[in-house]
Amino acid sequence: MLELRLHGRGGQGSVVASKILADAVMKGGKFVQAFPEFGVERRGAPVFAFVRIDDKPILLKSKIYTPDHVIVLDPTLIESINITEGLKDNGIILINSELPPSEFKFEGNYRVMTVDAKRIAIKYRLGSKASPIVNTAILGAVIKAIPVATMDNLIEAIKDGVPVKIEENIAAAKEAYESLIKGE
Amino acid sequence: MKKVLMGNHAISYGATLSRVQVIAAYPITPQTQVVELLSEIVANGELEAEFIKVESEHSAMAACIGASAAGARAFTATSSQGLLLMHEVLHWASRARLPIVMANINRAISPGWTIWTDQNDSLSQRDTGWIQIYAADNQEVLDSIIIGYKVAEKVSLPLMVVLDAFVLSHTYEPVDIPDQDKVDKFLPPYNPKIKLDPEDPHAFGGLTAPNIYMEFQYNHQLAMMEAKKVINEAGKEYGEITGRYYQNLSPYKVDDAEYILITSGTVAKTTNIVVDKLRESGVKIGNLRIRTFRPFPSEEIYEILKDKKKIFVIDRNLSFGNTGIFFQEVKASLYNTDIKVPIFGFVTGLGGRDVTPELIEEIVNYGMKKEKPEEEVIWMGVKK
Repeated sequence: MLELRLHGRGGQGSVVASKILADAVMKGGKFVQAFPEFGVERRGAPVFAFVRIDDKPILLKSKIYTPDHVIVLDPTLIESINITEGLKDNGIILINSELPPSEFKFEGNYRVMTVDAKRIAIKYRLGSKASPIVNTAILGAVIKAIPVATMDNLIEAIKDGVPVKIEENIAAAKEAYESLIKGE
Repeated sequence: MKKVLMGNHAISYGATLSRVQVIAAYPITPQTQVVELLSEIVANGELEAEFIKVESEHSAMAACIGASAAGARAFTATSSQGLLLMHEVLHWASRARLPIVMANINRAISPGWTIWTDQNDSLSQRDTGWIQIYAADNQEVLDSIIIGYKVAEKVSLPLMVVLDAFVLSHTYEPVDIPDQDKVDKFLPPYNPKIKLDPEDPHAFGGLTAPNIYMEFQYNHQLAMMEAKKVINEAGKEYGEITGRYYQNLSPYKVDDAEYILITSGTVAKTTNIVVDKLRESGVKIGNLRIRTFRPFPSEEIYEILKDKKKIFVIDRNLSFGNTGIFFQEVKASLYNTDIKVPIFGFVTGLGGRDVTPELIEEIVNYGMKKEKPEEEVIWMGVKK
């Protein structure tokens, strides 16, 4: 079983991202479960979303405490919360950032990867320049870094799960897929 | 068609596929999304139903009572304080023998203010005369709404489908949405023998003197007992159409087990993982999930428990001044039988506290070590 944790801010689309990823994973034939941090959300406040993926039906209904990988939709969160909490050894930290992975230092044995999802989202006019919606772009990078679904699966999931600008969201996912930077 | 659905939306799809004709609801976290989606489906013209906006849950159930009495298939959904506010009219719905189906998302009761899960809201409605079904995943939530109408309309009693807040309501899982024509075959339109109809007038809810009131209660009880059989039959018939079978009980590896955990809701799913793990180390243990809480399937429970050594009941609820409620029910149902083994009652997971595999293992370890329970309520995961 693979467990992922997504870090974002309220209103950024982290929960929607987890749902689209879950849909893509299901379309790829695996079993999946996605859930938000149980409770209340406020726009701009740090939020979490979680995804479990397995080859067999998922019975586990408790929360995720030790994710295999984490995905950071907003790099400013790195300064305010401990995004590596419980993260398993050798886990991937995938960050939405224009910086290369070598610019990020974490204590522990992790693999940092980055993708400039913000630039890509702005390029395809997803959200506004001030608050771009990066979730579909970051998902393109996620399936490159963690191959739990194919790009075709993701495209189908975006078509089913995104209400507007479907072509632009698909283009953003594809561009992010190609531009993921894997660190050392 | 398979779709990734949150539990709330699994309810909405279940109601839509059941072709409900009247929806009356008042929003409350974490139920709100159930009726949000339903209102969209009605507004889009995908479901021919009256969506009645009301000012409280009491009114929501009252509107369902009127609709159901007039022969419509009525639906509502709520949680926690909302369900508690409905209490008076819940009795009315069941004693009027109206087959309303309602989803209740199990949310703990305030104060302290809470929106997280436990079962005290629905279990407080134990004696309202409603059938209660506790689901363990989102697929079961959707299926239970559809099967629920079949059962409710067969025995003329209202039925509550109960699910855990957030753990199901806000969690996305793959759900197979059955084809409408399959559901239509399973669940034909509701057509009651007697209804509010100006062309064929009847009196409803009239004065019932002592010479006849008790007979109504007797018949209500007979219908409840009949529901035990009807739930199993309808669950089997549904299984023949969809491949998914549902019964009053959902046993897991109980046949050769010496020890049995008794669970309900999502805790049961996590418990199955623990059962597998303990069996690998040679512990003969099984998990009995109680799906139907009312009517209480005592006879079926007896059949499973009759040759076991110890029984561990996990309650995500508590009757203050006594014990966990499933624990009471299990004990009471076995008292006049030949089962005389120790039954342990564990209370945990209140107000949304996470029930992890580690915690369930701790429960088993506790029960295995003690010859018999030393306390009536064994608190697990509480800061004392």
